[in-house]
Amino acid sequence: MAKKKLAPIKPHSASNHNAAPLSLINKHSDKPATIGLEYMTYDQLDDFGRELDTVRQRVLDDLGQKDADYIRRVIKVQKASEVLGRVGILFPFFLPVFIVGIALLAVAKILDNMEIGHNVMHGQYDWMNDPMVDGARYEWDNIAPSQDWKHGHNYIHHTYTNIHGMDRDIGYNLFRIDDDQPWYGSHRFNLPLAFLLMLVFEWGIMYHGVELDQYLHGKITKEDFQGRKKRAMQKIRRQVFKDYIAWPVVGLALVPFVGWWAPLAILGANIAANIIRNVWTFCIIFCGHFPAEVQTFAEEDAQNESRGQWYLRQLLGSANISGHAPFHLMTGNLSYQIEHHLFPDIPARRYPQVAEDVKRLVEQYGLSYNSGRLSKQMLSVVRQLAKFGIKPSDPYKIGNSPESKALRRAKREEAARRTEDARTPHLTS
Amino acid sequence: MGIIRRALRSRPVASLTSPLTIDHYLDQIHPMLAAENVRARVVEVIRETGDASTVVLRPNGTWTGFIPGQHVQFGVEVEGKRRIRCFSVSSSRAAKDGTFSVSVKAHPDGYVSQFLHHQLKPKTIVYLSQAEGEFVLPKDVPDNLLLMSGGSGVTPVMSMIRTLRDSGHRGAVTFLHYARSRSDEMFSADLDELAAEPNVTVKRIYTREPAANVDLQGRFDIDHLEHLGIDPTSTLTYVCGPAGLIAGVRDTYAELGAADQLRMEYFKVPSVDLDAADATGTLSFDGAGIEAANSGATILEQAEAAGLKPEFGCRMGVCNTCAIKKNSGAVRHVVSGEIRANTDETIKICVQVPIGDVNVAL
Repeated sequence: MAKKKLAPIKPHSASNHNAAPLSLINKHSDKPATIGLEYMTYDQLDDFGRELDTVRQRVLDDLGQKDADYIRRVIKVQKASEVLGRVGILFPFFLPVFIVGIALLAVAKILDNMEIGHNVMHGQYDWMNDPMVDGARYEWDNIAPSQDWKHGHNYIHHTYTNIHGMDRDIGYNLFRIDDDQPWYGSHRFNLPLAFLLMLVFEWGIMYHGVELDQYLHGKITKEDFQGRKKRAMQKIRRQVFKDYIAWPVVGLALVPFVGWWAPLAILGANIAANIIRNVWTFCIIFCGHFPAEVQTFAEEDAQNESRGQWYLRQLLGSANISGHAPFHLMTGNLSYQIEHHLFPDIPARRYPQVAEDVKRLVEQYGLSYNSGRLSKQMLSVVRQLAKFGIKPSDPYKIGNSPESKALRRAKREEAARRTEDARTPHLTS
Repeated sequence: MGIIRRALRSRPVASLTSPLTIDHYLDQIHPMLAAENVRARVVEVIRETGDASTVVLRPNGTWTGFIPGQHVQFGVEVEGKRRIRCFSVSSSRAAKDGTFSVSVKAHPDGYVSQFLHHQLKPKTIVYLSQAEGEFVLPKDVPDNLLLMSGGSGVTPVMSMIRTLRDSGHRGAVTFLHYARSRSDEMFSADLDELAAEPNVTVKRIYTREPAANVDLQGRFDIDHLEHLGIDPTSTLTYVCGPAGLIAGVRDTYAELGAADQLRMEYFKVPSVDLDAADATGTLSFDGAGIEAANSGATILEQAEAAGLKPEFGCRMGVCNTCAIKKNSGAVRHVVSGEIRANTDETIKICVQVPIGDVNVAL
């Protein structure tokens, strides 16, 4: 008796915590997904998937000393910036050193979150078997606990990328960024809210990972939610204690020489560094998924998708930012967001290299490859936030209008009926 | 432990470096500099036989020493990848120069042991764990001891007997060693030397090429003990080696009611029948959301076959690196055959084979 396995697509994960990509399965229908049919046929989609698998395997086979040396060099630079930055902010009486200290501390936090933390936690360096870059163990200099971030990001966001109702990263349940999202009154404040979130972005990521919304909708259990809350509280305590209490207390030693305000200046420097990091990561991440022309998908269209369709969805759902090498380093190579979404678990330093292959395929199949300068992508994001914050004239797009409620109810009933239909033959045969 | 190291390991320092540890920072200055991590520099690599080497190591200050019989997780980096295996400490505890050694037999398909034997150079930095293991001499060593070993199982026993010699142990120690032939035997010169000690009896039995005019031959047998005049019920006995030898000794001691005198350590896990016909059910990896038909191999091997990369160390059930939670189902230990069927228990996946449906947290 052959058992039906839950994983129809062979898992290619380089680490045991990155479960992507498992495709969305419709339990009651074998109908293949419709994603990408406007660009190519099913056969072409399979070829497309195979080509990208080949690109991936080529990089995996080539991993070695140079990749290990690279990430260790980045860690060395990050640690040096952090130590120098922490020393620099002990000089509040000498403004140039103090400001350079804040800048270096911010750079250290950005490198830790982007090129090191984000990428290590994707399992990109798990093959090195070094506990310092082990995706399962790494904990980053960020309020969000890594465990819950990995679930929401590595698993949910990277598997169900840009599928409405599945990917909680579409507007983070806060913004309307896409025409297919229903409009609610709070979306009038899309832009000012985004500005506020930018300043406290790490707290937003933490809150996102607690998944209060999922709990309130009964989608996760109480134990799951309580565990998330507990981990978040513990991380908040540690991070707040370190940045806003312990290091300023070290500054008490300066009081006899500088004055009573020395610890306050150090506290301020830590706040400033955290805000700089928040603004930067917010910009890079919003530019990766929210510019115009980035596509989103409906759950029905993605059910039973093939590997090629999964790849295509990643490609169409992401956007790149162009720039020079130091810029890419500071974005953790997430400026190559498309390549990152195609190959989330290969070391990010390889993205520029695989981008050549991706562009070749894009040309071959006549697809769109969304890329542009930071200013262009950022402007596009701002425009999207402003545009979709305005109340639409179509009542079906307004979330709490009677029309839209009726539409949703009809959709629910239709889905339930289809499910029932699909089950009936099994019951009678 | 130095006062500086103690300060570096304190809570205030930990809260300043949170979420990382002080070692993440010290490591950037020099890998040997650490408050917690054990590192060592290779002093010398000594060729013992055609396929066995002894690696002399000088550890950093975090090393807390070993008890003879213990092993250490030994990691070397090759091509950017750290490879970790468990090796027994083979040196005497009495070494005064702060060094200790591990001895390794190069297995034909053992990457690390081959690397150690052929390529490891002095001055290389290796990544260690603290010494681990329960297969050790007691604090108060009884007068009479029987040490038995087979093949490369000689290493932990060698550490014991060298320590006993250096610490001036005067009781009667019998050392019974089984090897395939004289050329396969490690530490031949040391064993000759030990044999000259008045209170030590060294008996070496070559199972494939028996030496001429010897009184003992073949695999372990109760006659061997009788011939040496040893009473198992009153002699503390250590045995380390392949599963076959240990099974023989264990059964003999059990029959004589001397099981409580026996201390055992397996040196090599018996190979498991890969496509076992009686392998049934489904092995589910909970974290990754993958299921696979049970192939009869160890859970570690099945996880790797499914594309997962769980952590592992010795792959023989000693180092505990691969321990994970088994959510449900029954597993069988490949060495002892012991079956464990509790839900939510921690198992070492390198030596456990699933029986029927098993769900693990991977």
